[in-house]
Amino acid sequence: MEEPAIVTEGLRKSYGRVTVLDGVDLVAPRGQVLALLGPNGAGKTTTVRILSTLVTPDAGTARVAGFDVRREPQRVRAAISLTGQYAAVDELLTGEENLVLAARLAHLPRARLRSAAAEMLDLFDLTDAARRPVRTYSGGMRRRLDLAVSLLSRPQVLFLDEPTTGLDPRSRNALWAVVRDVVTAGATVLLTTQYLDEADELADRVVVVDHGRVIADGTAAALKSAVGTATVEVALADGTRRSLPTDGSVADVRRLLGDVEPLDVAEWRVRTPTLDDAFLALTGQPAVATPAAPQPALAGASPTSRPAPTGPSTTEQR
Amino acid sequence: MTTVDLSPRPLPDPPGPLDAARDVTAFVGRSLRRSTRQLDTLLLAVMLPVMLLLLFVYVFGGAISAGMEYVDFVVPGIVLLTAGYGAATAAVDVASDLGNGIVDRFRSMPVPVTGVLTGHVVASLVRNAVSTALVVGVALLVGFDPVASPGEWCAALGVVALFVLALTWVSVAIGTVASGPEAASGFTFFILFLPYVSSAFVPVDTMPSVLATIASWNPVTPVADAVRGLLLGLPLDGALGAAVAWCVGIAVAGRLGAGLLFRRTP
Repeated sequence: MEEPAIVTEGLRKSYGRVTVLDGVDLVAPRGQVLALLGPNGAGKTTTVRILSTLVTPDAGTARVAGFDVRREPQRVRAAISLTGQYAAVDELLTGEENLVLAARLAHLPRARLRSAAAEMLDLFDLTDAARRPVRTYSGGMRRRLDLAVSLLSRPQVLFLDEPTTGLDPRSRNALWAVVRDVVTAGATVLLTTQYLDEADELADRVVVVDHGRVIADGTAAALKSAVGTATVEVALADGTRRSLPTDGSVADVRRLLGDVEPLDVAEWRVRTPTLDDAFLALTGQPAVATPAAPQPALAGASPTSRPAPTGPSTTEQR
Repeated sequence: MTTVDLSPRPLPDPPGPLDAARDVTAFVGRSLRRSTRQLDTLLLAVMLPVMLLLLFVYVFGGAISAGMEYVDFVVPGIVLLTAGYGAATAAVDVASDLGNGIVDRFRSMPVPVTGVLTGHVVASLVRNAVSTALVVGVALLVGFDPVASPGEWCAALGVVALFVLALTWVSVAIGTVASGPEAASGFTFFILFLPYVSSAFVPVDTMPSVLATIASWNPVTPVADAVRGLLLGLPLDGALGAAVAWCVGIAVAGRLGAGLLFRRTP
Protein backbone atom coordinates (compact mmCIF):
# COMPACT_ATOMS: atom_id res chain seq x y z
CA MET A 1 0.00 0.00 0.00
CA GLU A 2 1.17 3.47 -0.80
CA GLU A 3 2.53 5.43 2.13
CA PRO A 4 0.44 8.43 3.19
CA ALA A 5 1.66 11.79 1.92
CA ILE A 6 2.33 13.06 5.42
CA VAL A 7 2.93 11.05 8.59
CA THR A 8 4.19 12.52 11.84
CA GLU A 9 4.67 10.88 15.19
CA GLY A 10 5.27 12.70 18.44
CA LEU A 11 6.58 15.94 16.93
CA ARG A 12 8.01 18.21 19.61
CA LYS A 13 9.53 21.64 19.37
CA SER A 14 10.42 24.19 22.02
CA TYR A 15 11.94 27.63 21.75
CA GLY A 16 13.70 28.22 25.03
CA ARG A 17 11.15 27.37 27.71
CA VAL A 18 8.17 27.86 25.42
CA THR A 19 6.83 24.55 24.18
CA VAL A 20 5.34 25.10 20.74
CA LEU A 21 4.66 21.50 19.77
CA ASP A 22 3.99 18.94 22.46
CA GLY A 23 3.73 15.65 20.60
CA VAL A 24 1.84 16.08 17.34
CA ASP A 25 0.65 13.01 15.39
CA LEU A 26 -0.75 13.54 11.91
CA VAL A 27 -1.64 11.42 8.92
CA ALA A 28 -2.60 12.86 5.53
CA PRO A 29 -3.55 10.24 2.94
CA ARG A 30 -2.50 11.00 -0.63
CA GLY A 31 -4.85 13.04 -2.73
CA GLN A 32 -6.68 14.58 0.20
CA VAL A 33 -6.87 17.88 2.01
CA LEU A 34 -5.85 17.90 5.64
CA ALA A 35 -6.73 21.03 7.57
CA LEU A 36 -4.87 22.07 10.70
CA LEU A 37 -7.36 24.16 12.60
CA GLY A 38 -6.45 26.22 15.62
CA PRO A 39 -6.00 29.70 17.06
CA ASN A 40 -2.84 31.79 16.84
CA GLY A 41 0.03 30.19 18.68
CA ALA A 42 -1.44 26.69 18.54
CA GLY A 43 1.60 25.40 16.65
CA LYS A 44 0.18 25.30 13.13
CA THR A 45 2.92 27.28 11.46
CA THR A 46 5.68 25.46 13.33
CA THR A 47 4.23 22.16 12.14
CA VAL A 48 4.25 23.40 8.55
CA ARG A 49 7.80 24.68 8.91
CA ILE A 50 8.96 21.30 10.19
CA LEU A 51 7.18 19.41 7.41
CA SER A 52 8.65 21.75 4.77
CA THR A 53 12.20 21.19 6.17
CA LEU A 54 12.67 24.76 7.41
CA VAL A 55 12.79 23.83 11.07
CA THR A 56 14.23 20.74 12.76
CA PRO A 57 12.00 19.11 15.37
CA ASP A 58 13.42 18.46 18.85
CA ALA A 59 11.84 15.01 18.91
CA GLY A 60 9.53 12.82 16.89
CA THR A 61 9.51 11.79 13.25
CA ALA A 62 7.97 13.28 10.16
CA ARG A 63 7.77 11.73 6.71
CA VAL A 64 6.57 13.68 3.70
CA ALA A 65 6.02 12.06 0.29
CA GLY A 66 7.76 8.96 1.64
CA PHE A 67 10.93 10.73 2.85
CA ASP A 68 12.13 11.60 6.32
CA VAL A 69 12.32 15.38 6.74
CA ARG A 70 15.47 15.17 8.82
CA ARG A 71 17.43 12.53 6.94
CA GLU A 72 16.38 13.27 3.36
CA PRO A 73 15.40 16.93 3.28
CA GLN A 74 16.41 17.39 -0.36
CA ARG A 75 14.09 14.57 -1.47
CA VAL A 76 11.26 16.10 0.55
CA ARG A 77 11.94 19.51 -1.00
CA ALA A 78 11.71 18.06 -4.50
CA ALA A 79 8.19 16.85 -3.73
CA ILE A 80 6.67 19.85 -1.95
CA SER A 81 5.77 23.51 -2.32
CA LEU A 82 5.24 25.97 0.48
CA THR A 83 3.03 29.02 0.48
CA GLY A 84 3.44 30.90 3.71
CA GLN A 85 1.39 33.57 5.39
CA TYR A 86 3.16 36.34 3.53
CA ALA A 87 3.69 36.42 -0.21
CA ALA A 88 7.26 35.23 -0.76
CA VAL A 89 7.90 36.79 -4.14
CA ASP A 90 10.58 39.14 -5.42
CA GLU A 91 9.18 42.65 -5.32
CA LEU A 92 11.64 44.05 -7.86
CA LEU A 93 11.03 41.41 -10.49
CA THR A 94 7.91 41.18 -12.63
CA GLY A 95 5.31 38.49 -12.07
CA GLU A 96 6.53 36.66 -15.15
CA GLU A 97 10.17 36.86 -14.01
CA ASN A 98 9.24 35.43 -10.62
CA LEU A 99 7.56 32.48 -12.30
CA VAL A 100 10.39 31.88 -14.76
CA LEU A 101 12.84 31.90 -11.85
CA ALA A 102 10.69 29.33 -10.06
CA ALA A 103 10.56 27.25 -13.23
CA ARG A 104 14.35 27.33 -13.51
CA LEU A 105 14.79 26.30 -9.89
CA ALA A 106 12.26 23.50 -10.39
CA HIS A 107 14.49 22.27 -13.26
CA LEU A 108 11.81 22.47 -15.89
CA PRO A 109 13.15 21.95 -19.41
CA ARG A 110 14.49 25.18 -20.90
CA ALA A 111 11.83 25.18 -23.60
CA ARG A 112 9.07 24.97 -20.96
CA LEU A 113 10.16 27.88 -18.74
CA ARG A 114 8.15 30.60 -20.47
CA SER A 115 5.14 28.49 -21.40
CA ALA A 116 4.80 27.14 -17.87
CA ALA A 117 4.97 30.70 -16.52
CA ALA A 118 2.38 31.86 -19.04
CA GLU A 119 -0.01 29.05 -18.08
CA MET A 120 0.20 30.00 -14.42
CA LEU A 121 -0.30 33.71 -15.17
CA ASP A 122 -3.40 32.77 -17.12
CA LEU A 123 -4.72 30.40 -14.45
CA PHE A 124 -4.38 33.07 -11.78
CA ASP A 125 -5.67 35.91 -13.92
CA LEU A 126 -2.37 37.78 -13.86
CA THR A 127 -1.59 37.86 -17.58
CA ASP A 128 -2.27 41.61 -17.84
CA ALA A 129 0.11 42.31 -14.96
CA ALA A 130 2.77 39.85 -16.11
CA ARG A 131 5.31 42.49 -17.14
CA ARG A 132 4.80 44.75 -14.13
CA PRO A 133 7.10 44.68 -11.10
CA VAL A 134 5.45 42.84 -8.22
CA ARG A 135 5.93 45.92 -6.04
CA THR A 136 3.04 47.48 -7.98
CA TYR A 137 0.72 44.53 -7.26
CA SER A 138 -2.16 44.59 -4.79
CA GLY A 139 -2.07 42.26 -1.80
CA GLY A 140 -4.45 39.83 -3.44
CA MET A 141 -2.40 39.74 -6.65
CA ARG A 142 0.75 39.01 -4.67
CA ARG A 143 -0.92 36.11 -2.91
CA ARG A 144 -2.13 34.74 -6.23
CA LEU A 145 1.34 35.01 -7.70
CA ASP A 146 2.76 33.33 -4.61
CA LEU A 147 0.41 30.38 -5.06
CA ALA A 148 1.19 30.29 -8.78
CA VAL A 149 4.90 30.01 -7.96
CA SER A 150 4.09 27.12 -5.62
CA LEU A 151 1.99 25.26 -8.16
CA LEU A 152 4.34 25.74 -11.09
CA SER A 153 6.58 22.90 -9.94
CA ARG A 154 3.50 20.60 -9.70
CA PRO A 155 4.25 19.42 -6.17
CA GLN A 156 3.04 16.15 -4.69
CA VAL A 157 2.37 17.88 -1.40
CA LEU A 158 1.31 21.51 -1.13
CA PHE A 159 1.55 23.38 2.19
CA LEU A 160 -0.70 26.38 2.58
CA ASP A 161 -0.17 28.33 5.78
CA GLU A 162 -3.28 30.44 6.41
CA PRO A 163 -3.76 30.97 2.68
CA THR A 164 -6.88 33.14 2.92
CA THR A 165 -6.03 35.37 5.89
CA GLY A 166 -6.54 38.92 4.68
CA LEU A 167 -8.11 37.97 1.35
CA ASP A 168 -11.40 39.41 0.18
CA PRO A 169 -14.23 36.90 -0.26
CA ARG A 170 -13.88 36.73 -4.03
CA SER A 171 -10.16 35.96 -3.90
CA ARG A 172 -10.83 33.45 -1.14
CA ASN A 173 -13.37 31.59 -3.24
CA ALA A 174 -11.01 31.58 -6.21
CA LEU A 175 -8.26 30.15 -4.04
CA TRP A 176 -10.56 27.47 -2.72
CA ALA A 177 -11.41 26.51 -6.29
CA VAL A 178 -7.74 26.15 -7.16
CA VAL A 179 -7.11 24.02 -4.09
CA ARG A 180 -9.93 21.69 -5.17
CA ASP A 181 -8.44 21.47 -8.68
CA VAL A 182 -5.01 20.63 -7.31
CA VAL A 183 -6.41 17.84 -5.17
CA THR A 184 -8.53 16.53 -8.01
CA ALA A 185 -5.34 16.35 -10.06
CA GLY A 186 -3.86 14.06 -7.42
CA ALA A 187 -1.85 16.28 -5.07
CA THR A 188 -2.12 16.35 -1.30
CA VAL A 189 -2.76 19.62 0.49
CA LEU A 190 -2.06 20.49 4.09
CA LEU A 191 -3.59 23.80 4.99
CA THR A 192 -3.66 25.69 8.25
CA THR A 193 -6.55 27.90 9.09
CA GLN A 194 -8.29 29.68 11.93
CA TYR A 195 -11.63 29.42 10.19
CA LEU A 196 -13.94 26.52 10.78
CA ASP A 197 -15.86 27.25 7.58
CA GLU A 198 -12.68 27.06 5.53
CA ALA A 199 -11.71 23.71 7.02
CA ASP A 200 -15.26 22.53 6.47
CA GLU A 201 -15.30 23.77 2.89
CA LEU A 202 -12.06 22.17 1.78
CA ALA A 203 -10.82 19.46 4.07
CA ASP A 204 -11.33 15.73 3.98
CA ARG A 205 -9.89 15.54 7.46
CA VAL A 206 -9.62 18.21 10.11
CA VAL A 207 -7.07 18.14 12.90
CA VAL A 208 -7.74 20.64 15.67
CA VAL A 209 -4.63 21.80 17.48
CA ASP A 210 -4.33 23.79 20.67
CA HIS A 211 -1.21 24.60 22.70
CA GLY A 212 0.90 22.28 20.56
CA ARG A 213 -1.36 19.25 20.96
CA VAL A 214 -3.94 17.59 18.74
CA ILE A 215 -7.28 17.87 20.52
CA ALA A 216 -9.48 16.45 17.77
CA ASP A 217 -8.90 14.52 14.57
CA GLY A 218 -11.62 13.42 12.23
CA THR A 219 -13.68 14.21 9.19
CA ALA A 220 -15.14 17.65 8.80
CA ALA A 221 -18.59 16.14 9.24
CA ALA A 222 -17.64 14.50 12.51
CA LEU A 223 -16.18 17.73 13.79
CA LYS A 224 -19.28 19.61 12.80
CA SER A 225 -21.56 17.20 14.54
CA ALA A 226 -19.45 17.65 17.65
CA VAL A 227 -19.69 21.40 17.29
CA GLY A 228 -23.38 21.62 16.64
CA THR A 229 -25.41 23.13 13.90
CA ALA A 230 -26.07 26.54 12.55
CA THR A 231 -28.54 28.81 14.31
CA VAL A 232 -30.91 31.50 13.17
CA GLU A 233 -30.30 34.46 15.43
CA VAL A 234 -33.08 36.94 15.85
CA ALA A 235 -32.94 40.32 17.58
CA LEU A 236 -36.34 41.72 18.46
CA ALA A 237 -37.19 45.40 18.63
CA ASP A 238 -37.57 45.16 22.40
CA GLY A 239 -33.93 44.10 22.66
CA THR A 240 -34.44 40.41 23.35
CA ARG A 241 -32.49 37.92 21.32
CA ARG A 242 -33.33 34.41 20.27
CA SER A 243 -31.05 31.72 18.97
CA LEU A 244 -32.87 29.01 17.03
CA PRO A 245 -31.02 25.83 15.98
CA THR A 246 -31.43 24.97 12.31
CA ASP A 247 -30.19 22.29 9.95
CA GLY A 248 -29.40 25.08 7.52
CA SER A 249 -31.81 24.01 4.78
CA VAL A 250 -33.95 26.62 3.03
CA ALA A 251 -37.12 24.97 4.26
CA ASP A 252 -35.98 24.94 7.86
CA VAL A 253 -34.83 28.55 7.83
CA ARG A 254 -38.10 29.59 6.19
CA ARG A 255 -40.07 27.73 8.84
CA LEU A 256 -38.14 29.37 11.68
CA LEU A 257 -38.52 32.81 10.16
CA GLY A 258 -42.23 32.13 9.71
CA ASP A 259 -42.42 31.43 13.42
CA VAL A 260 -40.86 34.72 14.40
CA GLU A 261 -42.43 36.86 11.70
CA PRO A 262 -45.40 38.03 13.84
CA LEU A 263 -42.91 39.45 16.33
CA ASP A 264 -41.23 42.79 15.80
CA VAL A 265 -37.94 41.55 14.28
CA ALA A 266 -35.23 44.20 14.19
CA GLU A 267 -32.49 42.03 12.73
CA TRP A 268 -31.85 38.39 11.86
CA ARG A 269 -29.12 36.28 10.43
CA VAL A 270 -27.95 32.72 10.01
CA ARG A 271 -24.93 32.08 12.17
CA THR A 272 -22.65 29.18 11.31
CA PRO A 273 -20.38 27.66 13.96
CA THR A 274 -16.99 29.29 14.38
CA LEU A 275 -13.68 28.08 15.66
CA ASP A 276 -14.81 29.37 19.05
CA ASP A 277 -17.81 27.06 18.99
CA ALA A 278 -15.59 24.15 18.04
CA PHE A 279 -13.24 24.89 20.91
CA LEU A 280 -16.10 25.30 23.29
CA ALA A 281 -17.43 21.92 22.21
CA LEU A 282 -14.06 20.17 22.31
CA THR A 283 -12.38 21.73 25.33
CA GLY A 284 -15.14 23.47 27.22
CA GLN A 285 -13.18 26.70 26.75
CA PRO A 286 -13.16 29.31 24.02
CA ALA A 287 -10.17 29.46 21.71
CA VAL A 288 -7.51 31.68 23.21
CA ALA A 289 -4.25 32.53 21.54
CA THR A 290 -1.26 31.66 23.66
CA PRO A 291 0.29 34.75 25.24
CA ALA A 292 3.43 34.48 23.13
CA ALA A 293 1.44 34.91 19.93
CA PRO A 294 2.21 38.20 18.20
CA GLN A 295 -1.37 39.14 17.40
CA PRO A 296 -4.55 39.13 19.45
CA ALA A 297 -6.74 36.11 18.89
CA LEU A 298 -8.79 36.84 15.83
CA ALA A 299 -11.06 33.94 16.55
CA GLY A 300 -11.88 35.17 20.00
CA ALA A 301 -12.19 38.82 19.15
CA SER A 302 -15.88 38.93 18.40
CA PRO A 303 -18.88 36.63 18.73
CA THR A 304 -18.91 35.99 15.02
CA SER A 305 -15.37 36.17 13.78
CA ARG A 306 -16.58 36.10 10.19
CA PRO A 307 -19.78 37.08 8.50
CA ALA A 308 -21.74 33.89 8.12
CA PRO A 309 -21.96 32.78 4.51
CA THR A 310 -25.50 33.38 3.42
CA GLY A 311 -27.92 30.60 4.06
CA PRO A 312 -27.12 26.95 4.07
CA SER A 313 -23.61 27.14 2.64
CA THR A 314 -22.33 24.58 5.07
CA THR A 315 -24.62 21.88 3.78
CA GLU A 316 -24.61 22.43 0.06
CA GLN A 317 -21.08 21.44 -0.78
CA ARG A 318 -20.06 18.08 -2.24
CA MET B 1 -11.30 27.83 -18.66
CA THR B 2 -7.69 26.96 -19.13
CA THR B 3 -6.59 23.42 -18.73
CA VAL B 4 -3.34 23.59 -16.87
CA ASP B 5 -1.74 20.35 -15.81
CA LEU B 6 -1.64 20.48 -12.01
CA SER B 7 -1.02 16.77 -11.51
CA PRO B 8 2.01 15.99 -9.35
CA ARG B 9 5.27 15.57 -11.22
CA PRO B 10 7.07 12.29 -10.78
CA LEU B 11 9.97 12.83 -8.41
CA PRO B 12 13.13 13.78 -10.28
CA ASP B 13 16.46 12.13 -9.57
CA PRO B 14 18.37 13.74 -6.71
CA PRO B 15 19.99 16.90 -8.06
CA GLY B 16 23.60 16.60 -9.20
CA PRO B 17 26.44 19.13 -9.48
CA LEU B 18 25.20 20.26 -12.89
CA ASP B 19 21.79 21.08 -11.42
CA ALA B 20 23.47 22.99 -8.61
CA ALA B 21 25.43 25.02 -11.14
CA ARG B 22 22.23 25.81 -13.03
CA ASP B 23 20.53 26.87 -9.80
CA VAL B 24 23.36 29.23 -8.87
CA THR B 25 23.22 30.67 -12.40
CA ALA B 26 19.50 31.28 -11.90
CA PHE B 27 20.18 33.11 -8.63
CA VAL B 28 22.89 35.21 -10.31
CA GLY B 29 20.40 36.10 -13.05
CA ARG B 30 17.87 37.11 -10.42
CA SER B 31 20.32 39.39 -8.61
CA LEU B 32 21.50 41.00 -11.86
CA ARG B 33 17.90 41.73 -12.84
CA ARG B 34 17.29 43.22 -9.42
CA SER B 35 20.29 45.49 -9.94
CA THR B 36 18.88 46.82 -13.20
CA ARG B 37 15.66 47.71 -11.32
CA GLN B 38 17.59 49.71 -8.74
CA LEU B 39 19.39 52.16 -10.98
CA ASP B 40 18.96 54.87 -8.34
CA THR B 41 21.15 52.82 -6.01
CA LEU B 42 23.76 52.44 -8.74
CA LEU B 43 23.56 56.14 -9.52
CA LEU B 44 24.15 57.00 -5.86
CA ALA B 45 27.10 54.60 -5.80
CA VAL B 46 28.65 56.69 -8.59
CA MET B 47 27.49 60.19 -7.66
CA LEU B 48 28.71 60.03 -4.09
CA PRO B 49 32.34 59.16 -4.92
CA VAL B 50 32.39 61.60 -7.84
CA MET B 51 31.27 64.43 -5.56
CA LEU B 52 33.88 63.45 -2.98
CA LEU B 53 36.49 63.31 -5.75
CA LEU B 54 35.66 66.84 -6.86
CA LEU B 55 35.61 68.00 -3.24
CA PHE B 56 38.99 66.49 -2.50
CA VAL B 57 40.63 67.65 -5.71
CA TYR B 58 39.28 71.20 -5.93
CA VAL B 59 38.49 72.14 -2.32
CA PHE B 60 40.85 70.27 0.01
CA GLY B 61 43.49 69.20 -2.46
CA GLY B 62 45.36 72.49 -2.58
CA ALA B 63 45.95 72.33 1.18
CA ILE B 64 47.09 68.71 1.26
CA SER B 65 50.66 67.93 0.45
CA ALA B 66 51.01 64.31 -0.59
CA GLY B 67 54.35 64.55 -2.33
CA MET B 68 52.72 64.44 -5.77
CA GLU B 69 49.79 65.91 -7.67
CA TYR B 70 46.96 65.40 -5.18
CA VAL B 71 44.53 64.19 -7.83
CA ASP B 72 46.90 61.33 -8.62
CA PHE B 73 47.22 60.50 -4.94
CA VAL B 74 43.52 60.56 -4.15
CA VAL B 75 41.95 58.75 -7.13
CA PRO B 76 42.95 55.26 -5.97
CA GLY B 77 41.39 56.13 -2.59
CA ILE B 78 38.20 57.32 -4.27
CA VAL B 79 38.06 54.12 -6.31
CA LEU B 80 38.23 52.10 -3.09
CA LEU B 81 35.56 54.25 -1.49
CA THR B 82 33.33 53.58 -4.50
CA ALA B 83 34.02 49.87 -4.27
CA GLY B 84 33.42 49.73 -0.53
CA TYR B 85 30.15 51.61 -0.70
CA GLY B 86 28.93 49.57 -3.66
CA ALA B 87 29.86 46.30 -1.97
CA ALA B 88 28.10 47.24 1.24
CA THR B 89 24.74 47.55 -0.51
CA ALA B 90 24.74 43.74 -0.73
CA ALA B 91 23.92 43.76 2.99
CA VAL B 92 20.64 45.52 2.17
CA ASP B 93 19.80 42.98 -0.54
CA VAL B 94 20.37 40.03 1.78
CA ALA B 95 18.48 41.60 4.67
CA SER B 96 15.47 42.38 2.51
CA ASP B 97 15.45 38.83 1.09
CA LEU B 98 15.42 37.42 4.60
CA GLY B 99 12.75 39.88 5.65
CA ASN B 100 10.15 39.08 3.01
CA GLY B 101 10.04 35.30 3.26
CA ILE B 102 11.46 34.54 -0.17
CA VAL B 103 14.44 32.83 1.44
CA ASP B 104 12.06 30.44 3.20
CA ARG B 105 10.65 29.56 -0.17
CA PHE B 106 14.14 28.91 -1.59
CA ARG B 107 14.99 26.87 1.49
CA SER B 108 11.99 24.65 0.88
CA MET B 109 13.20 23.93 -2.66
CA PRO B 110 15.83 21.32 -3.60
CA VAL B 111 18.42 23.95 -4.49
CA PRO B 112 21.77 24.96 -2.94
CA VAL B 113 20.33 27.82 -0.96
CA THR B 114 23.58 29.74 -0.41
CA GLY B 115 23.32 30.29 -4.17
CA VAL B 116 21.07 33.22 -3.20
CA LEU B 117 24.12 34.82 -1.58
CA THR B 118 26.41 33.94 -4.48
CA GLY B 119 23.90 35.68 -6.74
CA HIS B 120 24.10 38.87 -4.69
CA VAL B 121 27.91 38.71 -4.64
CA VAL B 122 28.24 38.28 -8.41
CA ALA B 123 25.77 41.11 -9.00
CA SER B 124 27.79 43.29 -6.62
CA LEU B 125 30.96 42.60 -8.63
CA VAL B 126 29.18 43.56 -11.87
CA ARG B 127 27.64 46.71 -10.35
CA ASN B 128 31.02 47.75 -9.01
CA ALA B 129 32.70 47.18 -12.37
CA VAL B 130 30.25 49.69 -13.85
CA SER B 131 30.57 52.27 -11.07
CA THR B 132 34.38 51.94 -10.94
CA ALA B 133 34.59 52.50 -14.70
CA LEU B 134 32.45 55.63 -14.41
CA VAL B 135 34.44 57.02 -11.48
CA VAL B 136 37.77 56.36 -13.22
CA GLY B 137 36.35 58.06 -16.33
CA VAL B 138 35.53 61.20 -14.34
CA ALA B 139 38.95 61.02 -12.65
CA LEU B 140 40.67 61.05 -16.04
CA LEU B 141 38.61 64.12 -16.98
CA VAL B 142 39.74 66.05 -13.90
CA GLY B 143 43.41 65.38 -14.51
CA PHE B 144 44.20 61.91 -13.14
CA ASP B 145 47.35 60.89 -15.00
CA PRO B 146 48.25 57.24 -14.48
CA VAL B 147 51.37 55.77 -16.08
CA ALA B 148 50.41 52.09 -15.78
CA SER B 149 51.06 49.51 -18.49
CA PRO B 150 48.07 47.33 -19.53
CA GLY B 151 49.41 44.60 -17.25
CA GLU B 152 49.57 46.99 -14.30
CA TRP B 153 46.04 48.21 -15.05
CA CYS B 154 44.85 44.61 -14.98
CA ALA B 155 46.66 43.97 -11.70
CA ALA B 156 45.23 47.14 -10.15
CA LEU B 157 41.70 46.29 -11.25
CA GLY B 158 42.24 42.75 -9.99
CA VAL B 159 43.12 44.12 -6.55
CA VAL B 160 40.01 46.34 -6.62
CA ALA B 161 37.89 43.32 -7.61
CA LEU B 162 39.35 41.27 -4.74
CA PHE B 163 38.63 44.17 -2.39
CA VAL B 164 35.01 44.28 -3.63
CA LEU B 165 34.72 40.51 -3.25
CA ALA B 166 36.02 40.62 0.33
CA LEU B 167 33.80 43.51 1.40
CA THR B 168 30.76 42.05 -0.35
CA TRP B 169 31.05 38.74 1.52
CA VAL B 170 31.43 40.62 4.80
CA SER B 171 28.39 42.73 3.86
CA VAL B 172 26.42 39.61 3.03
CA ALA B 173 27.31 38.15 6.43
CA ILE B 174 26.19 41.41 8.08
CA GLY B 175 22.99 41.27 6.03
CA THR B 176 22.14 37.81 7.41
CA VAL B 177 22.20 39.11 10.99
CA ALA B 178 20.75 42.59 10.42
CA SER B 179 17.27 43.04 11.80
CA GLY B 180 16.07 44.51 8.50
CA PRO B 181 17.07 46.42 5.37
CA GLU B 182 17.25 49.72 7.29
CA ALA B 183 19.69 48.30 9.83
CA ALA B 184 21.71 46.79 7.00
CA SER B 185 21.90 50.11 5.18
CA GLY B 186 23.41 51.69 8.30
CA PHE B 187 26.32 49.35 7.75
CA THR B 188 27.03 50.93 4.36
CA PHE B 189 27.89 54.18 6.15
CA PHE B 190 30.37 52.40 8.39
CA ILE B 191 32.08 51.01 5.27
CA LEU B 192 32.01 54.48 3.75
CA PHE B 193 34.16 55.79 6.61
CA LEU B 194 36.65 52.93 6.56
CA PRO B 195 38.96 54.53 3.95
CA TYR B 196 39.32 57.80 5.90
CA VAL B 197 41.62 56.30 8.53
CA SER B 198 43.96 54.77 5.97
CA SER B 199 46.34 55.86 3.26
CA ALA B 200 43.43 56.32 0.86
CA PHE B 201 43.19 60.13 1.09
CA VAL B 202 46.29 61.32 2.92
CA PRO B 203 49.70 59.76 3.57
CA VAL B 204 49.65 57.80 6.83
CA ASP B 205 52.78 59.50 8.21
CA THR B 206 50.99 62.85 8.31
CA MET B 207 48.54 61.55 10.95
CA PRO B 208 48.97 61.75 14.75
CA SER B 209 50.79 58.65 15.96
CA VAL B 210 47.72 56.83 17.37
CA LEU B 211 45.76 57.27 14.16
CA ALA B 212 48.82 56.41 12.10
CA THR B 213 49.10 53.10 13.94
CA ILE B 214 45.43 52.32 13.32
CA ALA B 215 45.75 53.38 9.70
CA SER B 216 48.81 51.23 9.11
CA TRP B 217 46.79 48.21 10.30
CA ASN B 218 43.69 49.18 8.32
CA PRO B 219 43.41 46.69 5.45
CA VAL B 220 42.41 49.58 3.20
CA THR B 221 45.98 50.96 3.53
CA PRO B 222 47.84 48.14 1.71
CA VAL B 223 45.03 47.95 -0.84
CA ALA B 224 45.23 51.70 -1.51
CA ASP B 225 49.05 51.57 -1.61
CA ALA B 226 48.96 48.65 -4.04
CA VAL B 227 46.45 50.25 -6.40
CA ARG B 228 48.27 53.60 -6.25
CA GLY B 229 51.66 51.94 -6.78
CA LEU B 230 50.44 49.94 -9.75
CA LEU B 231 48.70 52.86 -11.47
CA LEU B 232 51.37 55.51 -10.82
CA GLY B 233 54.46 53.35 -11.17
CA LEU B 234 55.53 53.83 -7.53
CA PRO B 235 57.49 51.27 -5.51
CA LEU B 236 55.09 48.70 -4.04
CA ASP B 237 57.17 47.75 -0.98
CA GLY B 238 55.18 44.56 -0.43
CA ALA B 239 51.83 46.35 -0.52
CA LEU B 240 50.57 44.12 -3.32
CA GLY B 241 51.17 40.90 -1.40
CA ALA B 242 49.68 42.38 1.78
CA ALA B 243 46.63 43.64 -0.12
CA VAL B 244 45.98 40.28 -1.75
CA ALA B 245 46.49 38.42 1.54
CA TRP B 246 44.12 40.74 3.43
CA CYS B 247 41.43 40.57 0.74
CA VAL B 248 41.59 36.80 0.32
CA GLY B 249 41.55 36.33 4.10
CA ILE B 250 38.58 38.65 4.59
CA ALA B 251 36.73 37.14 1.61
CA VAL B 252 37.15 33.60 2.95
CA ALA B 253 36.16 34.61 6.47
CA GLY B 254 33.15 36.53 5.16
CA ARG B 255 32.11 33.63 2.93
CA LEU B 256 32.34 31.11 5.76
CA GLY B 257 30.58 33.39 8.22
CA ALA B 258 27.81 34.24 5.76
CA GLY B 259 27.27 30.56 4.93
CA LEU B 260 27.08 29.56 8.59
CA LEU B 261 24.80 32.43 9.59
CA PHE B 262 22.56 31.91 6.59
CA ARG B 263 22.16 28.18 7.01
CA ARG B 264 21.46 28.17 10.75
CA THR B 265 17.96 26.90 11.35
CA PRO B 266 15.87 28.25 14.18
